Amino acid sequence: MTRKVRLHVNGQEQQVDVDPRTPLIYVLRNDLALNSPKYGCGQRQCGSCMVLMDGVAEYTCTMPVAQAEGRKIVTLEGLVRDGRLHPVQQAFIDEQAAQCGYCTSGMIITAVALLDKHPHATEAQVREAMSKVLCRCGTYSRVARAISRVARREQP
Amino acid sequence: MTNQNTTSRRDLLKGSGFLAVGFCLGLPITAASAAERRGGRGGNIDAWIRINADGTVTVLTGKMELGQGIKTALAQIAAEELDVSMERMRVVIADTEQTADEGYTAASVSVESSGSSIRQAAAETRQILLQLAGEKLAAAPDQLDVTDGVITRRGGDQRISYWELLGDQRIQRQVTGQAPLKRPEQYRVVGKSAGRLDIPDIASGKAVYVQDLRLPGMVHARVVRPPTYEAVLREVDEEAVKEVAGVIRIVREGNFLAVVAQREEQAVWAAEILRQTATWEQADSLPKYEELYEHLRRNAGERRPVQQGGDLNAGWAAAAVRVEAAYFRPYHMHGSLGPSCAVAQFKEGQLTVWSHTQGPFPLKRTLCAMFNLPQDKVRVIGVVGSGCYGHNGADDVGADAALIARWAEGRPVRVQWSRADEHTWEPYGPGMIMTLRGGLDGTGRIVAWEYDLISDGHGARPGGNADAVLAHRHRSGMKGLPGAGGVGGGTRNSEPLYNFSNGRIMAAGTRRVLRTSSLRGLGAYANVFAIECFMDELAAAARIDPVAMRLGHLADERAKAVIQAVAQAVSWERRDKLPVNHGLGIGFARYKNYATYCAVVAEVAVDPVSREIRLIKLTAAADAGQVINPDGLANQIEGGMIQSASWTLKEQVKFDARRVTCRDWEDYPILRYDQSPATQVIVLNRPGERAVGAGEASMGPTGAAIANAVFAASGKRLRTLPLGPVAAAAGDPSIARDADVAPR
Repeated sequence: MTRKVRLHVNGQEQQVDVDPRTPLIYVLRNDLALNSPKYGCGQRQCGSCMVLMDGVAEYTCTMPVAQAEGRKIVTLEGLVRDGRLHPVQQAFIDEQAAQCGYCTSGMIITAVALLDKHPHATEAQVREAMSKVLCRCGTYSRVARAISRVARREQP
Repeated sequence: MTNQNTTSRRDLLKGSGFLAVGFCLGLPITAASAAERRGGRGGNIDAWIRINADGTVTVLTGKMELGQGIKTALAQIAAEELDVSMERMRVVIADTEQTADEGYTAASVSVESSGSSIRQAAAETRQILLQLAGEKLAAAPDQLDVTDGVITRRGGDQRISYWELLGDQRIQRQVTGQAPLKRPEQYRVVGKSAGRLDIPDIASGKAVYVQDLRLPGMVHARVVRPPTYEAVLREVDEEAVKEVAGVIRIVREGNFLAVVAQREEQAVWAAEILRQTATWEQADSLPKYEELYEHLRRNAGERRPVQQGGDLNAGWAAAAVRVEAAYFRPYHMHGSLGPSCAVAQFKEGQLTVWSHTQGPFPLKRTLCAMFNLPQDKVRVIGVVGSGCYGHNGADDVGADAALIARWAEGRPVRVQWSRADEHTWEPYGPGMIMTLRGGLDGTGRIVAWEYDLISDGHGARPGGNADAVLAHRHRSGMKGLPGAGGVGGGTRNSEPLYNFSNGRIMAAGTRRVLRTSSLRGLGAYANVFAIECFMDELAAAARIDPVAMRLGHLADERAKAVIQAVAQAVSWERRDKLPVNHGLGIGFARYKNYATYCAVVAEVAVDPVSREIRLIKLTAAADAGQVINPDGLANQIEGGMIQSASWTLKEQVKFDARRVTCRDWEDYPILRYDQSPATQVIVLNRPGERAVGAGEASMGPTGAAIANAVFAASGKRLRTLPLGPVAAAAGDPSIARDADVAPR
């Protein structure tokens, strides 16, 4: 059975008419045309489907859309404000921290959530957070450089 | 609607002015690209470079962007010869209606083959434009200079741009091969790091992958693959599925089973019900996993010589010390992060497939064969996907989508595999056994070298053969595994670059266990792993430093240079002063013995209690000839090292009597961020030397470097992949084999 579900995504109120059990990823991608969360495993193992929910990086591949009601969702697209990239997005470009880019959204979202909470995140905190996101191309050291670029800049 | 790539060649003729330059069918290009081309394209001319009246330049390549950065490298090559800025460059990747047929994007040859065609076409384009400008400005072409597409007469103030020259003219020209190419010392774009053209879109969420295509009226489908390679479909409870909201139809042809629905989650849910309720006839067909290597060895075919030289008997007679060892490589996954996906539409007798295949043209021929369609009724449009690292599920899902689209009444159908589909059905990199025997004389020279390879096949790309794609096999009830078997590309890099006076290299195929095909580097990874580990074993037996041992057996100066560069970068001499349980190890190869030279040093620590191997740093030095994009090259070498570290330390495809049991990332763990080492890449540029691909160069050297570093750290020689922990757990098939094989 479908019902109307209200979502707050990238600063806008959205309403979709879907089965409330639908995993959030399909609603974001197919109903709202937000392509950045990617289907990778469907079981919270790879992190390519991450979005920010109330500032925390969350998997969208298993979360029923009904659970996302009333929460503030931000996707990779929503990190761009007035045409200006988020510092973490810019750092990924500056460090050329991608190959195929399928994991990049999950990487940037996870890094943003971490750095918002811990602007001076330690190596250990970065390792713990970023290990939720798999990259098969082997760009981990570039991702590390991109993150330390942002973390370093914010240090006093 | 996010499809950016539906222009046909005919449509292009409708625009305003342009100059298109390409190769006429049948005209000799370069040897490398000629070998890549396998005919099948029509028309008078295949444009490679198009100067557009809007101030942009389009490069049309028959290769695919796979995350390796080929679009950017090819744009740099064209921008260089044309003297235009990178901002003006646009790149169209393989599309059977728009680009030349360059076969598969594989074996690290795109820079070499596509790059040399683009370079010639761009030089030709520049010459044509200079001739046109010369007429307007009343000057000989050699009196003209070009800066970002603006032509000026030397010593004068007259100027005209490429785009002004064109106006409304529509010009098509052929490459004559007469246009002068720039000399390396004139390069301003090639050889400098250029940011990847696609990374800004990737980082901001604007990039469009095949997974992201949404065509008007598109529906979603999921395939329900058989539970085993050989299972036969007996019964399906169609009624149970029809009750799922949104289900449009069930497609059942032979053992091919799929469901089409309005929405993606509906297709996923319906497929799960089908999976749970379908009845399949299945039987045990696989050997015991613990006996994998015995199985491969027992079923080995005839040994055939790969290379022989010198007098092996004399070599053994001169040997003061003999060493023997065997190395084992299990089946490995490509493990694409995004499961394979395709969109297909069958409308008015015309089939169009959007695919991340490595070979849109071969896939088109495969689909023509599968549906008995003429060549002009099928179009395959290349769209970027998740990194593939070789032949993954891309072609299969393209065939899945095409088959289902025939039942979708003209609507586009999007099919994406599940994680378990990708893990259990992709064609793996095959198991291999490498047995080496070496003899050293009293001075530590290698005087005898014997190499015996047993390998399952590395090449089962469809290439026009419908029997190689799952959808066709399953719908027609075919048994067994696709691919001819045999060694195939297994012998790649089985011949060391070292100078051994007496040697013999033999190879044999074996009976196929799992579905296999081409994985990054084919046999090169395991061959280099074995050769380079064995070089260390010989060095240890001769009590010679591993770096000195290698340099002493090499004549090729470029080979020596990468080894010396990496040794210097890591301060190799600190090898003897490292903390206890730490070690440095080196590995080296020249990919395919004619492409990139690469030497890697690994620094590891072996935990004294858990015996776990911890990677501290991987450092590489690479020489890929004339470098196009140094940072792009470094990214490939670096990514190769990290992926190889994952293969080397963590990966093996396991199975039970019936099926592959690795269905997700917990069953088949790969390297995560917290296990990934620091990396460093030293790029040795060789202006004027042939530019060669580097995407597969670091895999083998890295594997060996890690094993050699583990030996340096722990004194234990691990020969069965994946390595470690150093003290193998009970039940590990590597235990017996990893018992030290002492010099005898």
